[in-house]
This record gives sequence, structure tokens and C-alpha cells, in this order.
Amino acid sequence: MRFKMMAAALAASVTLPFAGVASATDLEVTHWWTSGGEAAAVAELAKAFDATGNHWIDGAIAGSGGTARPIMISRITGGDPMGATQFNHGRQAEELVQAGLMRDLTDVATKGKWTEVVRPKSLLDSCTIDGKIYCVPVNIHSWQWLWLSNEAFEKAGVPVPKNWDELVAAAPALEKAGIVPLAVGGQPWQSSGAFDVLMAAIGGKDTFLKVYEAKDAEFAAGPDIAKVFKAADDARKMAKNTNVQDWNQATNMVITGKAAAQIMGDWAQGEFQVAGKTAGKDYSCLPGLGLNPMIATGGDAFYFPLLKDEEKSKAQGVLAETLLDPKTQVAFNLKKGSLPVRGDVDLNAANDCMKKGLDILAKGDVMPWTDQLLSQDTQKQKEDLFSEFFANQSMTPEDAQKRFADIIGSAD
Amino acid sequence: MSVSMKSERPSRLFRNLNAKIASVPMILTALVVFVGGTAWTVLYSFTNSRLLPRLNFVGLDQYYRLWAAPRWLVSIENLLIYGVLSLIFSLVIGFLLAAMLDRKIRFEDTFRTIFLYPFALSFIVTGLVWQWLLNPEFGIQGVIRGLGWESFNFDPLYNSSIVIYGVLIAALWQGTGLVMCLMLAGLRGIDEDIWKAARVDGIPTWRTYVSIIIPMMRPVFITTLVIIASGIVKVYDLVVAQTSGGPGIASEVPAKYVYDYMFFAQNLGQGFAASTMMLLTVVIVIVPWAYLEFGRRGRT
Repeated sequence: MRFKMMAAALAASVTLPFAGVASATDLEVTHWWTSGGEAAAVAELAKAFDATGNHWIDGAIAGSGGTARPIMISRITGGDPMGATQFNHGRQAEELVQAGLMRDLTDVATKGKWTEVVRPKSLLDSCTIDGKIYCVPVNIHSWQWLWLSNEAFEKAGVPVPKNWDELVAAAPALEKAGIVPLAVGGQPWQSSGAFDVLMAAIGGKDTFLKVYEAKDAEFAAGPDIAKVFKAADDARKMAKNTNVQDWNQATNMVITGKAAAQIMGDWAQGEFQVAGKTAGKDYSCLPGLGLNPMIATGGDAFYFPLLKDEEKSKAQGVLAETLLDPKTQVAFNLKKGSLPVRGDVDLNAANDCMKKGLDILAKGDVMPWTDQLLSQDTQKQKEDLFSEFFANQSMTPEDAQKRFADIIGSAD
Repeated sequence: MSVSMKSERPSRLFRNLNAKIASVPMILTALVVFVGGTAWTVLYSFTNSRLLPRLNFVGLDQYYRLWAAPRWLVSIENLLIYGVLSLIFSLVIGFLLAAMLDRKIRFEDTFRTIFLYPFALSFIVTGLVWQWLLNPEFGIQGVIRGLGWESFNFDPLYNSSIVIYGVLIAALWQGTGLVMCLMLAGLRGIDEDIWKAARVDGIPTWRTYVSIIIPMMRPVFITTLVIIASGIVKVYDLVVAQTSGGPGIASEVPAKYVYDYMFFAQNLGQGFAASTMMLLTVVIVIVPWAYLEFGRRGRT
């Protein structure tokens, strides 16, 4: 698959000089979108960029962000920068910007009136460092969804829950029917993310921000967060028999009815679509776990390393404009299953769950997510803690909370 | 004139000049890459470098944090268990296999090939194969339950307290073949006359092995020990392929901590501190041994 894409890119780069596009500039774009739906979405971006007379060279790196980011960063710091690269916007590229390795896009942004069109505003804020804009947000992905298998609940003879508490109450019946109540894969980011979702849903936005933005360690050790740990304790008990690693395997358990529910971001929706399931009929979704419908404005963004070649710098500007173009936004996000970053585009083709997301977005119930608030270092420590907490049933919620407060206390 | 030149004793430095010139690149590599790189790493482990190395010294902070991190402590404990057991078992099993093959059995070549074959696989492949074999639904447990023994329980990779033994099994399967070959070479190097003498004296076979053959094979054992030990300290790929450190953090190892903190967490200082600790451990083990081994030889 990758070989084919590379071969196509190579072939294209050979034939291009003869195609008579004199001003064409090749721009290598690296990203980690390699699953079926993701690749289709990237193809939309490439098509739009090629239409401007330039040429998109696809630099897909397989193996998710954890594998791809070190490669991208070492290429930029090692003096072999690509034309543009994907990161999750937030703090992943912060140090690269501070070291002066990334291109300032403020001129392009002012020309395109980004501050007016990009919605919600926080997206652009996380691209802004010292008043300058360094990245182009392309989509909104939110973590706070609970995916439910209608079939599993029918089999267990309980109604499909409307919120988290009802799911917890239904767990014994599900287990009796041989169904895993909650699927949580073994990858560390899944348990850590599920905890964050629980905190946002149970504690609400203010609690979430007090812990992750203000980094109030005393509060993190207090009774409000103890409630969240109690819920996480329920979650790990329900997830005990999951026994899979990858998130999409866990999603697949929900799709096939082996598991009743999963806390996962809206990217899980792509899996349901590929499996031919219909939102509302085969599966249900509860934003904010049904308790606190909010959307976190995490997502993907493109960053542009500082290049010496003037032609390429110009092409970077063109690409930045193309990415935010309304038409590109619609085409890309429909395939990706994410929400567009512009409020002025029309998404008629969106399904039930996406519409729920758009509604919340329109109401302005948004909040920042941990990618934006915490450094990668703190994120990793959190992942270590929660992967242990979810795997080791003998670790008490109190101990975990104490360690959590320590991490928050030393967070930056 | 030329005669008088020749009678002068050539300087030690210029003896075997060709050989010395030929080894210059390797000497430079060793100095710049190994020694230089190590010194650089140790130096930066005292800084608060994040994504990019910066000379902003924070003293021993990174080390305090390292030794307070539960994941690092679990990693060290795992390495100890894994290291000690894998050292003992691969030596014992390797030697036993070699001794059996050395008893002039039939199809020796076939057996040797079978035992050595796993070594031709990378740790990644080994890890994946054993991940499947130890999977409770499809692997050994599934097969035996399918045969009718319903209560049979064998799922080390999904049990935090024994997961490291699941990793150990895979490592032994992969590594003992090599140990066996080294041992076999050592056994073949023993003079046939020694066996004859032992037999004439009526010494039982096992006694011959323990008291005569094994002491004679000391150099082979030391070579093997170094090869196994270096493999133990740097174990990484096997764990990544087999368990990714899970369940939870139960099968983490130090090398994985270093990699994760340097690249995923973008915290070079922490990763460097961890790798310095790994180096220190190796130094503590190697230096006294090397001193005994080579220091003694120098004197005799």
C-alpha cells in the first residue's frame, strides 16, 4: 500500500516536468494518516493542492503519531526538513517553534482573515505562540464520546443507557450475558484518555481546567477528583476482560457486540462506517458520556518548517491557504469523520453522531484538551500511571490519586 | 649509514605501522562515537533538556525523578528477574543440549539445526510468534482447552505478576541455540585423550563434566557470558513486540524507558539520566570482572 503510494508519487514527480506546469513546486508533506479512511481524506488534501499548480509529495509514516512524531522531529532538528508536517495542535511542536525552526504564518493568516473564519477560536490560539501563528488547524477531533452497541444491550435485556451512570448500573446484567461492559485497549494512551474524558464528564469543564490548566495539585488530591477516580475504578472493573491492545480492536469488540461500550474519540466512527453500521440503529453515541455534552477542540494541524528555498516557501503559503479553503475542508472532513474548523461550511452529508457534534460546536460548548494544556512529558507520566491503574486491580484509587496529584504538581 | 639506522631499536610506536594505520578509523570511531557520545549523554543528563538538548544545569533533579518513578523501579526489577533467570537458564540448557549432542548421537546435524534455527529470527519475530502462542484464546491455552482440559490456565502475557516469565520463555527459545553452539565448539575443543584418561581412572561421566570439562571450558563460558549479558541489558525489541510493556507497566524494561522518555515524552534529560544509570550498572558489573580477568593475565 505504502509502496504503491510511493511509487505513484515517484512516477508523478518524474512525469510532472513534462506536463508543462512551469511553476510547479514539489512539497513533501509528512503525516501519520495511514488507515483506509484516513488515506482517503489525505488524498483530498493532495488533490486540492495539486490543483493549485503545485505538487504534493506524500510522506505518510505508518504506525500512529507515537512512531511518526520522533521521525518528523528528528528530520526537522537534523536539518532535513520536509515542506509541511502534521502534528496534533497544541504543545507537540512548541519547542521546535521556540528554537526558530518553524515558519511564521502570520502574513498568510492575516490575508486569509483566519481569526474570523476559524471556529472555535481556541484552535487558532493553540497555533499561536508570542502573537505569531505557526500552524493551520485542519479538523476538530474530540475525545469525549461513549460508543454503545445496541445489539449487546438487547442481548443482555437492558435498555441502551442514556449516560455513564446507567452503563455502570447495567454492567452486572451485561457480564451475566457474557458481554464485556466496557472495552479499553491495552495501549497506554487509551486508559489515560478515558480518564480525562471521565473527568470532563463527571467534574465538568471547570474541574478539568483547574487540574490541567491551572495545575492545582491540591485540588487534584481533593474530593472532586476522588469522585473521578471512583468512576475510573468502575471503568477498570468493567474493562477487566478486554484483552486487546489496539484501539480499533477494542472498537471492533463494540461493533461485533462482544463489548457493550467504549470511551473513544470520534475517530472510532470511521470504524463503524467501514463495518457498514448505521448511527442510531446499530450503535449509539453519547457525547460527554451523556452527562456533560461538550466537545474538546483537539485535532490535527499542519506545521511548516522554515525553508531556505524561496519557491518552496511560496508553495508553503499556498498549501496553508488551500488547507483552510471551504471546499477542501468539507471534502477532507467528511472522509475523515472529523468536524471542520470553519463555521461557514455546509455539512449535509454528516451522519447522526457528527450532527450531534456540530450542534454542540454551534452552541459553543467547547473546551481545550490535554494535548493543548500539558507537555508531552506530563502526558507520558499520566499514561504510565493510568495504564498501570487499569491493568493492576490491586492498585487502590487512593494511591493512584496521590500519584496523579504528584504528576500535576510537577507538570509544566 | 643504513646499517647504523637498522641497528637502532625502532620506536614502539612505529612497530607494525601498517596494522596501526589500518586501525585508526576504528580507534577514532570508538573515541568519538562511543566515548564522546557517552560523555555528551552523561553531561546532558544533568540538564533539563526537553525536545532539544540545552545546557541548562539542574544538578541531580533528573536522577531524583528517575528513582521516584514507579515505572523505572518496575523496569529495574524486571531486568533483574529477567537477567538472572535468562543467564542461568540459557547457560544450563545450552550446556545440557551441547553435552547431549556431543555424546555422538544420530542425526546430530539435524538437531543442531533445529536448536539453532530460532536464533536466525529477529527478536521482533520471536516476540510476535510467542505473543500468539501465549494468547489465551488462540495459543497454547486455547489448544489444550480444546482438547478437553477445560480448566487449563496458561496466560502469562495477560497476568501482571508473571508476564516477565512469558517474555523470558521467548528469549530462551530464541537464545539457547546460540549458547548450545558455543558450548559445543568448546566441547569439541577438549582433547579426546582427556576423556580416555578419565575413563581409565573410572571417573563417572557426570563427574568428568563437572570437575574436568567445565573448568577446562572457562574461556568459552566467559565469551558466552559476555554475549548473553550484553543481550540482557539492552533487551527492548522483544518486549515491544510481545507485550509493549503491558499489561499496564508490568513488563517494562529500562531500555524502553529511555526510548519512551527521549522520544515520546520529548524529555531528553530524563532519558539521558536513565541511560546513564544503565551504563553505570554495566560498569559496576564489568569493571571488577575485567580487572580480575585482564589484570591477572597482565601479571603472569
